[in-house]
Amino acid sequence: MSTLIGNKPQQPLPDGASIPKPIKPWKPTPKQLLPDLLGAITAVVASLIVVAVTPLAGALGLIATFIAVSIVVASTISWIRQDRKAAANSVSTIIIYFLAAFVLLPVVSIIFEIIRKGAPGLSLGIFFNDMSVTSSDAPLNEGGLLHALVGSLYVVALATVVSIPIGLLTALYLTEVNGKAAGVVRFFVQAMSGVPSIVAGLFIYAVWMISFGGTYTTAAGSMALAILMIPTIARTAEEVLKLIPTDLREAGLALGATQWKTVALVVIPAARSGLITAVILGVARVAGETAPLLLTIGGNDAMNWNPFSGNNSALPFYIWKNFGLGTETAIARAWTGIFVLMVVVMIFFTLTRLLGNKKG
Amino acid sequence: MSQIKVNSLASVASARSSETSSQGVGLEARSIHAWFGQKHVLSDISLDFYSGTVTALIGPSGCGKSTFIRILNRMHEFIPTAAMAGEVLLDGKDIYRSGVDVTKIRLGIGMVFQKPNPFPSMTIKENVLSGLKLAQIKINNSDELLEDCLVRAGLWSEVKDRLDQYGGTLSGGQQQRLCIARSLAVKPQVLLMDEPCSALDPGSTLRIEETIRELSETMTIVIVTHNMQQAARVSDYTGFFLSDGGPGQLIESAPTSQIFSNPKDKRTEDYVTGRFG
Repeated sequence: MSTLIGNKPQQPLPDGASIPKPIKPWKPTPKQLLPDLLGAITAVVASLIVVAVTPLAGALGLIATFIAVSIVVASTISWIRQDRKAAANSVSTIIIYFLAAFVLLPVVSIIFEIIRKGAPGLSLGIFFNDMSVTSSDAPLNEGGLLHALVGSLYVVALATVVSIPIGLLTALYLTEVNGKAAGVVRFFVQAMSGVPSIVAGLFIYAVWMISFGGTYTTAAGSMALAILMIPTIARTAEEVLKLIPTDLREAGLALGATQWKTVALVVIPAARSGLITAVILGVARVAGETAPLLLTIGGNDAMNWNPFSGNNSALPFYIWKNFGLGTETAIARAWTGIFVLMVVVMIFFTLTRLLGNKKG
Repeated sequence: MSQIKVNSLASVASARSSETSSQGVGLEARSIHAWFGQKHVLSDISLDFYSGTVTALIGPSGCGKSTFIRILNRMHEFIPTAAMAGEVLLDGKDIYRSGVDVTKIRLGIGMVFQKPNPFPSMTIKENVLSGLKLAQIKINNSDELLEDCLVRAGLWSEVKDRLDQYGGTLSGGQQQRLCIARSLAVKPQVLLMDEPCSALDPGSTLRIEETIRELSETMTIVIVTHNMQQAARVSDYTGFFLSDGGPGQLIESAPTSQIFSNPKDKRTEDYVTGRFG
């Protein structure tokens, strides 16, 4: 039965012509890109010659000459092949390429530096050991950062668990309920997003340790991070929910649904990808925070599996502490800590994206 | 029943055809194929559009009419998976040839969209003259041009006292005529209209059809429509597109009166008499 579907005979084309190959005439062909390639080579050679025969010297001189020569060469080629407008277009394109390179340069060099300095301390052992019996100048194959990794996961996970409901409900209040207090709430959310991270730490320190006489715990650190995370999630989620067309809400309500059902089954699923971005931005805001943790989790060189009692460490704390110790191996450990933090955050974001984009 | 309907449409169409005379080919599509990814959506469409005439493209939804019209002014390439084959000749030159300035092509081949889309941040006056600003064309007598475009779009008498109000304050039909006026200001040779009346009430539709008739004296107009009466009323030539599940094909193209009175293909007859589609 199913063979009947999608098996219709193709109508013959007139004059026995065959179907041509699909092309994209708007994309330049390799042949058309050849002058650009030759131009780029010319620019490199010309700038090398200019630097060699004139007093201009060093990398800076070479880059400056290369930019100038590239602009001249590219605009000349475009002018000859097309017209003045194409030449102006080439000049802007070249300038944008170089500006993009300048933006990428620091990012790439940071990543490169972290890998270069962090890789020597990497070994399987660091994920199974803590620093409880290892001194700061012990060789890199002793000890590890398991305690800091676990502490970090605890502190961020707890902060996220607290922040997601509060942040998203705040955003829903601002967009869907839009009640009498919306203006005030929006004002406080915006004010909170400007709070310096150390103030969040101090707040928890003042409330939990001084007023209630509490001690350093992982949970106290998460509360400090949650203070930073909630406004980020709430503000981003609000912007995302504002973009959902009113038509969708009205379509839900016109089917006899309650506002709650419409929001839960229509609005939130439609905004899902954006809401996940809001959460990721919130986590990114706090994953590398050090200052609030210094005042709240107290630091620890040994494992602490209980987030609600006793001191703990976290990766940023571990990095800060090892840099402070100052020995050669401690500084190497700090760089490895940075490397691990970067990779963990990256893995987490990738997983969130993958899970979030899955339909159904 | 169907015979009566054919005859009435045909008489409308023949009355229309007798008024006009073509002035040579303005835009030619040559063996156009189109793909989205691997999906072949248009197969071997060749169609001439004569200057000073209106050509209607009819056919059921999903047969590739809109894809075809977007190929005619190089809007097709904005869809990342899009590909094509064939040529579109404007004054005998392929608009897809290498090195062509695509912005000049679109300046010469204007487009009016299905949903009225006046720029919300601009007043009526700014909307009409926006094409000049966007294409960096300088003119001296902008007020004259403004009036001329709005008169030709059939909107002048309704808005002449409120030119500084925002475009969004107009009704749907007025907004669509504002969009037509906007595309006229840059003086295109060809105007493509993708179901321009499908979101409008009959009164506004009638006004826009009158506008199309007046405009056709000086330019080439291509209109995609689902409304058979509209095709019969405004067009000189009609092309019938159909997809049998595979790529869309041009089944028949002929003077409109012929399509509605004496179609050569059985499928065309079935469609224009409302037996399917």
